[in-house]
Amino acid sequence: MKLPVIAVFAFGLSAGLAQAEPVRQGNLEIDAAWARASIGTSRPGAAYFTVRNFGDEGDRLIGLSSPVSTMTMLHETTLSEGISRMAHVEAAEIPASGELTLEPGGMHVMLMELATPLREGATFPLTLAFEAAGEVTVEVHVFGPGATGPAE
Amino acid sequence: MSLSRRLLLGAGAVTALGAGALGLGWWQVDGPGAAQPASPTRNLPRPLGEMDVTLTDHRGRRVTISDWVGRPSLVFFGFTWCPDVCPTTLSDISLWLEELGPDADRLNVALISVDPERDTPEVLADYLGYFDPRIVGVTGEPGEVARILGDFRAKAERIEDVNGDYTMNHTAGVFLFRADGSFGSIIDFHEDRRFAVPKIRRAMKKEQP
Repeated sequence: MKLPVIAVFAFGLSAGLAQAEPVRQGNLEIDAAWARASIGTSRPGAAYFTVRNFGDEGDRLIGLSSPVSTMTMLHETTLSEGISRMAHVEAAEIPASGELTLEPGGMHVMLMELATPLREGATFPLTLAFEAAGEVTVEVHVFGPGATGPAE
Repeated sequence: MSLSRRLLLGAGAVTALGAGALGLGWWQVDGPGAAQPASPTRNLPRPLGEMDVTLTDHRGRRVTISDWVGRPSLVFFGFTWCPDVCPTTLSDISLWLEELGPDADRLNVALISVDPERDTPEVLADYLGYFDPRIVGVTGEPGEVARILGDFRAKAERIEDVNGDYTMNHTAGVFLFRADGSFGSIIDFHEDRRFAVPKIRRAMKKEQP
């Protein structure tokens, strides 16, 4: 039993360094879920991912939750006249045969009231609720506090 | 300094800057800034040499903004509780500095906190430890921070959260100043990142416009 455990651990580690496999749920595929490491727990964290829709009908991301945060919300950074603002977004569309990308400076998962620090190299679960495809949990990879995204 | 005197000085500074910028011819879209009572975001920042505001850096040292004259400067506003735009800007700047290589040592690079209540020098030091060590964190008395925002024609606004917390809306661009303290240009947040390093190099070259 010892060997397979080590093998699984080694695989997990290398996958963490490179990139996680996309997760399929119905017609949707969730890919490249990542977050920046937090400095302690007092500041909110942000997480990002991409959802691809292989179906002929659009779907909507309507909910988010994670055990690392007591308040997980979809937010969008907007800029007008050079001033950045963050606004809560109720739901986000994933158009048919299209994708929804959460990325720095745009839409992001706000992880408020962190229960635990997000440590570089670790992963944490994030549950996404879609109107049509239902709920799916993905593992979010934590990169450094200055990361710009998962490595290619 | 009285308000009217500050306004007068500011208007003079903008006129002088406007005249210089007209010669360069790149800013026509913004119109002849000083002549119009345009919104603050459309006005140009004052020259650094006129910013007699004293703040504190992340090492606890007093820093007067006008002392930055003599080196080209790269300045932006942010706060360490900011989860998205600020770490993104700090990462971008760290990459630009890396790309500039040893030339970047000739720059003043500063993050001015728009949230001095939470961003003490110690908090800034802790946070900036994760980014390029050439980035200096600056904070200070809320009144002084408000003054420096005014000098940059920048804005910050406190937004209360549902859970008793708060966040800040703030000017997100990176301001570039030449070595003589005159305003060079702004790297907008959503601007194509490929233009950033050439813009910085341009500000570094035009030390005597």
